[in-house]
Amino acid sequence: MFTTRKQYEPYVSPFDPCAPILVKTYVTPPNLYVGFQPPNLPQFPLHEALKKGTLWKIFYDPYYSPYEMANKGDGQ
Amino acid sequence: MKQMPKEYYELLEKLQAVDFALVELTLYLDTHPNDYQAIQQFNQLAQQRKHLKKQYETAYGPLQQYGNSYSNYPWNWNDTPWPWQV
Amino acid sequence: MWIYEKKLQYPVRVSTCNPKLAKYLIEQYGGADGELAAALRYLNQRYSIPDKVIGLLTDIGTEELAHLEMIATMVYKLTKDATPEQLKEAGLDAHYVNHDRALFYHNAAGVPWTATYIQAKGDPIADLYEDIAAEEKARATYQWIINMSDDPDLNDGLRFLREREIIHAQRFREAVEILKEERDRKKFF
Ligand SMILES: [Fe+2]
Repeated sequence: MFTTRKQYEPYVSPFDPCAPILVKTYVTPPNLYVGFQPPNLPQFPLHEALKKGTLWKIFYDPYYSPYEMANKGDGQ
Repeated sequence: MKQMPKEYYELLEKLQAVDFALVELTLYLDTHPNDYQAIQQFNQLAQQRKHLKKQYETAYGPLQQYGNSYSNYPWNWNDTPWPWQV
Repeated sequence: MWIYEKKLQYPVRVSTCNPKLAKYLIEQYGGADGELAAALRYLNQRYSIPDKVIGLLTDIGTEELAHLEMIATMVYKLTKDATPEQLKEAGLDAHYVNHDRALFYHNAAGVPWTATYIQAKGDPIADLYEDIAAEEKARATYQWIINMSDDPDLNDGLRFLREREIIHAQRFREAVEILKEERDRKKFF
């Protein structure tokens, strides 16, 4: 399944003092994939658009903290 | 202690929702000046915005000054709450 | 000219009296990729950019001022009734002795805002690429602040601001395409 969250496995040395993070993630926001926005893309209803921070569904890219991920993550 | 009623927050958020769509459409139209449908939607929302502004200002005082809103007597532009206080 | 509107762009809420979060948030007030820098960057570049994209710079620059007010509101609410003791615990003691609870245009480490944070090369492509980079950096900063915050109401407002950076970056990318003048022409390569 497509996701805007990408992963990589950084090199781990036996001499790294902190507990190694085996998988690192980074964000590739939707604006990287859309190009010049075509007309008539699907919109959110007005109140939902305000809450989400964009009128257009294609650009919606929620981001949650580790604290919130526990119960509210979007799985991305 | 002055506090704003529940209806204040509801009406404010209604106005914020319409205004937000107008901001989004403004930025979109800045790069898509020939999208006829988007301009129609923009003008419809601008109309809706006008009514909401009137409703809001009647109940809670001017949103803008320098003459972009009417004033009660006495001058009520400086009345609390300011946006960061609510 | 500009006309002030007596309302926030978004209903900002904060759920706990947590001045420590204010210390982080000030990065987006007076930091290199913060909202002040963003507003001043675009509103300054517009005088020397091709006419076709002046409107976009004006409108995004104006929206950034609304975001600056949102950040200020968050900081204000997080510190308003905090005691000097609480401010001290939050690491805001140095801020307090200089400013009390006043906001100031500096970053999370206390470095004052400087004009060198913003660029204006006068070359339209260089300036728009600077703007795209600034939006992505602001988006990343919001991610790092959200990661540090356990206040769901605050994060709700921060998510809104982060999403706006995505839209701004999108529009600046479109502005580059407009300046290439290839929009209505058949590709020839
Ligand atoms: Fe922005």
